[in-house]
Amino acid sequence: MIVKLMQGNEAVSWGALAAGCRFYAGYPITPSTEVAEMLSIELPKIGGKFIQMEDEIASLAACIGASVGGLKSMTATSGPGFSLMQEHIGYAAMTEVPCVIVNVQRLGPSTGQPTSASQGDVMQARWGTHGDHPIIVLSPTSVRESFDLTVTAFNFSEKFRTPVILLLDEVIGHMREKVELPDFDKVQPIERELNSVPPEWYMPYGDSPTDVPPMSNFGTGYRYHITGLFHDQKGYPTQRLDEIDPWIERVHRKIERNLDEIILYEEEETDSARTVILSYGASARSARQAARIGRQQGLKIGLVTLQTIWPFAEEVVDRVAHNARRIIVPEMNLGQLALEVERVAGRQKVVRVNRANGEMVTPQMILDAIKGD
Amino acid sequence: MSGEEHSAYTYLRQTKKFPNVWCSGCGIGIVMGSLIRAIDRMGLDKDDIAIVSGIGCTGRMPVYMDFNTMHTTHGRALAFATGLKLAQPRLHVIVVMGDGDALAIGGNHFIHSARRNIDITAIVVNNTIYGMTGGQYSPTTPIDGRATTAPYGNIEQPLPMCELAIAAGASFVARSTVYHAVELDRILEQAIRKHGFSLVEARSYCHTTYGRINKLGSAVDMMRSLKENSVSLAQAEKLTPEERSARIVRGVLWDVEKPEYTDLYDNVIERAQGKSGPGLRNAGGH
Repeated sequence: MIVKLMQGNEAVSWGALAAGCRFYAGYPITPSTEVAEMLSIELPKIGGKFIQMEDEIASLAACIGASVGGLKSMTATSGPGFSLMQEHIGYAAMTEVPCVIVNVQRLGPSTGQPTSASQGDVMQARWGTHGDHPIIVLSPTSVRESFDLTVTAFNFSEKFRTPVILLLDEVIGHMREKVELPDFDKVQPIERELNSVPPEWYMPYGDSPTDVPPMSNFGTGYRYHITGLFHDQKGYPTQRLDEIDPWIERVHRKIERNLDEIILYEEEETDSARTVILSYGASARSARQAARIGRQQGLKIGLVTLQTIWPFAEEVVDRVAHNARRIIVPEMNLGQLALEVERVAGRQKVVRVNRANGEMVTPQMILDAIKGD
Repeated sequence: MSGEEHSAYTYLRQTKKFPNVWCSGCGIGIVMGSLIRAIDRMGLDKDDIAIVSGIGCTGRMPVYMDFNTMHTTHGRALAFATGLKLAQPRLHVIVVMGDGDALAIGGNHFIHSARRNIDITAIVVNNTIYGMTGGQYSPTTPIDGRATTAPYGNIEQPLPMCELAIAAGASFVARSTVYHAVELDRILEQAIRKHGFSLVEARSYCHTTYGRINKLGSAVDMMRSLKENSVSLAQAEKLTPEERSARIVRGVLWDVEKPEYTDLYDNVIERAQGKSGPGLRNAGGH
């Protein structure tokens, strides 16, 4: 056990190291830069590699290249850099190369307010790159969770061969809390399944019982082709519908069949509650406080905190919405995840509590919404 | 046909790959042939070679070759290659790009890869046009050359990529043409052997777009013009600066020894491991 006062960005760095991250490429940007600074110190100590690239596009490209070379890889950025990374998030999804992208959200659009918090990239994390693709997006509510979910992000990424996005916000990234971290040797990282058939039999994108084809790292004797074009099971470009359709189905299926494992959330007192607050990230802290105060005043308030925001927790919301009269969704944006909640629960049941000026949604704003009707 | 198999066959992927996407008469296949001959002459193990490309006609080159191959995004091949090289320094990482790919959308990565002097061999097949998209002007289109997006003639100066690479910090810079295939074989071998960032500009042509729009004739005519309009370094020295600027100067333009990036990063690792830094345990953990 390690007890220390640290900020969310530091916890992300330690989580990455505990998960087996051995490559980081990034470009300085507020409010994520501490991740790069820490890993520039720590990675070479354990034989890992750190490089500061010329921009965020190159940063994610280098991460994907290093992952193909066999190293668990991560980059960290914020809004403007995250926008630049979108093409390569799609490339990683298309080529099924594991990598972790940390986005410490700041107020946007554009340069916005670099030192102010936001949850404005929820939809961009899901749909920012072009085309239909699966994605996993995790969002911590505390410094300790920043550590844990970074480990989880690497594990999901390696297990399902997909880019995983870790959405922090400036509050969680820069907030310092006393945390108890597990000893790193107690953390059990998941390693990518490596291919073991003879090279002449190797199908880089072949059928697999898990829908996740075993990977081969470059330089290990399996000479194969990786491309962002639609490809057949050998990895070669194809325009054949009977090869494109199965690919699209498989990459979505590999996530959808594992939703129980991937969708992480906490739920309390939703059974008897007429009002449920559903939140994530820093807003979940205000939600917890509002629930506490409201309950002291005799209100029945349920709480759902999502750690996994994509894929969206449809079944959870559907179930909760069945009992509750309304679902309060506080967010540091003008209502992004609320759109999903509305889709599942129905618009009439959803009350949005929004703030998009760089400040947190306060517990009082949530209480006002609870008492408002 | 003799019974003996062509030496290139060993390096080509036999299934589902051919015919290739290039127009008949294109020079890109000649560069691919040169690359294979250079690798064959060096006796390198196919498992130890990675070919990375971006998008465009030249970007399609890796799929035909039986190495570790990666067809990435437009302009970013060098950035992918940088990560791969750092992860697997023992791999020979060779990046093939077109002029638009390497110098327009990828210009930033081109400069910074040279500046890092990372041990990557960059080959730019320069056909002075965007071929795959149908003939738009590129950063190397000659002044007054016409393109589908320069219908009244190009007004932008062509980018001198070799001089740029030298200024940015490359170790090895050379130029040849697809007409001078034997010379290109030799230059590519030198470039791959070089421990540091190396650039080879392989001058080619696009008879399908640039040639047609500018009425420069067939592939054969454009090939002939590469022969007639290029000079060796030794010949170039006898020319006036004006005469020289109108020619393609072929040969090794730059070849220096300087510290290479992955070697330098090994030094960083040694330094990091040699002293106790602000590690988590040292900083108060127990």
